[in-house]
Amino acid sequence: MFNRTTNGQPLTSAASTDEAPASDPDGGAAPESSGGRARASSTEEPAVVITGIVGRLGRRLARRMHRDRRVLGIDRRPFDGRPKDIEHYQIDIRRKKTRDVFRSTRISAVVHLGVMHDPRASAADHHTWNVAGFQKILEYVALYQIPKIVLLSSANVYGPRPENPQFLSEDAPLLGGAAFSEIRDLVEVDMLAQSFFWKHPEIETVILRPVHIVGTVRNAPSNYLRLNVIPTLLGFDPMVQVIHEEDLVRAIGLALRPGVRGIFNLAGPPPAPLSRIIKTTGRPTVPIPHALAAPMLAPLWRLRMASFPVPELDHVRYVCMVDDGRARATLGYAPTKSLEESVRAVSEGLWD
Amino acid sequence: MDPASQLVRLGDFARKDGLPFARDLLRKARGALDGVASTLLGRDLEERLRRVSHELAPHGVDPFGWDPEYARYVIAAATALSRSYFRTVVTGIERMPAGRVILVANHSGQIPLDGVIVAISVFLEGNPPRIVRAMVEKWAQTLPFVSTFFAKCGQVVGVPENAALLLQRGEPLLVFPEGTKGLAKTFQHRYELTDFGLGFMRLALATDTPILPVAVIGAEEQYISVANMKSVAKALHMPSFPIIPQLFLPGGALPLPTRYRIQFGDPLYFRGDADDDDAVIEEKVWVVKATIQSMLNRGLMERKSLFF
Repeated sequence: MFNRTTNGQPLTSAASTDEAPASDPDGGAAPESSGGRARASSTEEPAVVITGIVGRLGRRLARRMHRDRRVLGIDRRPFDGRPKDIEHYQIDIRRKKTRDVFRSTRISAVVHLGVMHDPRASAADHHTWNVAGFQKILEYVALYQIPKIVLLSSANVYGPRPENPQFLSEDAPLLGGAAFSEIRDLVEVDMLAQSFFWKHPEIETVILRPVHIVGTVRNAPSNYLRLNVIPTLLGFDPMVQVIHEEDLVRAIGLALRPGVRGIFNLAGPPPAPLSRIIKTTGRPTVPIPHALAAPMLAPLWRLRMASFPVPELDHVRYVCMVDDGRARATLGYAPTKSLEESVRAVSEGLWD
Repeated sequence: MDPASQLVRLGDFARKDGLPFARDLLRKARGALDGVASTLLGRDLEERLRRVSHELAPHGVDPFGWDPEYARYVIAAATALSRSYFRTVVTGIERMPAGRVILVANHSGQIPLDGVIVAISVFLEGNPPRIVRAMVEKWAQTLPFVSTFFAKCGQVVGVPENAALLLQRGEPLLVFPEGTKGLAKTFQHRYELTDFGLGFMRLALATDTPILPVAVIGAEEQYISVANMKSVAKALHMPSFPIIPQLFLPGGALPLPTRYRIQFGDPLYFRGDADDDDAVIEEKVWVVKATIQSMLNRGLMERKSLFF
């Protein structure tokens, strides 16, 4: 009962039918590298494709990997300050050009960081980008028999709930969308990867579910800890886990090793109460009664005076922590940054 | 003077003079409270708390949120309640096995003070001192202050995963298998055990954990309930609605200062399949229930007086 070793090995070994990379219905449109770099021939070293490479996390991952292996980025944003040996394609993952990249390049792995978490984006854009875009990526991975795909999901798919066990295992139901409908497509992306895991046992599918990522990244938890005055909920002080972006980047590196597959929760240093984490930032707090917080935040959010939608209040109210035992045992992952280092990292390098 | 600049001046005053004054006041109150806590705890208890926190929370808090800095006040209050108010007598604590254990006790007294007293007894009399964990109702997590209070005292949300994790960490778990039915017993049914739930036995079998039967005597008489209005309780969404005449007397809101007697029995070891039929599990649960009932009966016979 203690050692749940459901390290989900696929039961079927029958490969699926759609593995014919020879057919080429789209014609041979040559993909253009935005950097104007000479295109790689198919005999070159296989590349690791990083979607969403221009984000802060993507840049860190690319910088860490590009000296050891060929890195190829796909993002619709331009890649400023791109190291010379990284190829970058400034394209939308939903467009057909993405397919051309996959067809014309030898690829050893895909790291999908290009999941949109912006609650301000329109629902339609958010949904098609996340779900339809990721479906395309999965389609190409299956079509061109790319041996590995790593999806950066999030522990938020479990959702902060009053009835959560203190540490959620990878088998816990994904109920994050129950109270926060805007993140349902993130749950859907995680589910798509799960079904892909079973449909394509010949491809190593890895789903990483890190807790709140802190550092130079511009995500909700880091932005929250960057507020000049940090609002909290009066009478609530849940235990919180954070993970330093460097540790996450290392974990992605570990997940790229051949043979690794499955779902892994990722956590950083030992958990601490929210109050203690905020204390580390040295910023003042304002406790607000919950009965007032939601009605106050709703209009502020609508008027764009607050960058947090109301359902995110649950993250400072209830526990949403994970058990990262499987990542430690199977991936050989162990966090290197202390809680203080991790939390202080949010205010470092703000302007780079 | 226009109202805006008045507001600004008021804000300035509050920030420059009001806030430091309030902080100073808070610090003084804190110091006084620390003094009281230290007096109540005494040197022996400070030493016990240090031992426990060294083991559970070397980095400040344990993974469940138990906070020694906060818990010391609660421990001080519970010690006063147990030693001075209820004058608890503890027997058989040396029978408590080291490592993981499920403490199974009878539940009584309208409000769960019996849990507090059992937990503080293990902390005060146990050797080594230990923090007993109990499972808290899930909706308590939605209440401000209550959720924080429970977490900082080391109490956890009542889900099976948490219980299994605590036992895996080798911690003592306190369970009242009677639930609120036991808590809300009327006076005429005192010391008659109601139906036991089966969950604790399945947990014990699955995790191969010994069960320590605990008999609590004295809690039944702290509030004398003459009836339980079930329909009113249902209408108010409360677990029970006891009629307690003493509440109408001045000072009657306090429990009667009966003497608590906490008796720890011999640990029971069970083997078997945790997913067995209810009937099979029930037999094992019946053994625990009978043990506690006979401990209660013996304790009641030996008890000379309710208050002394």
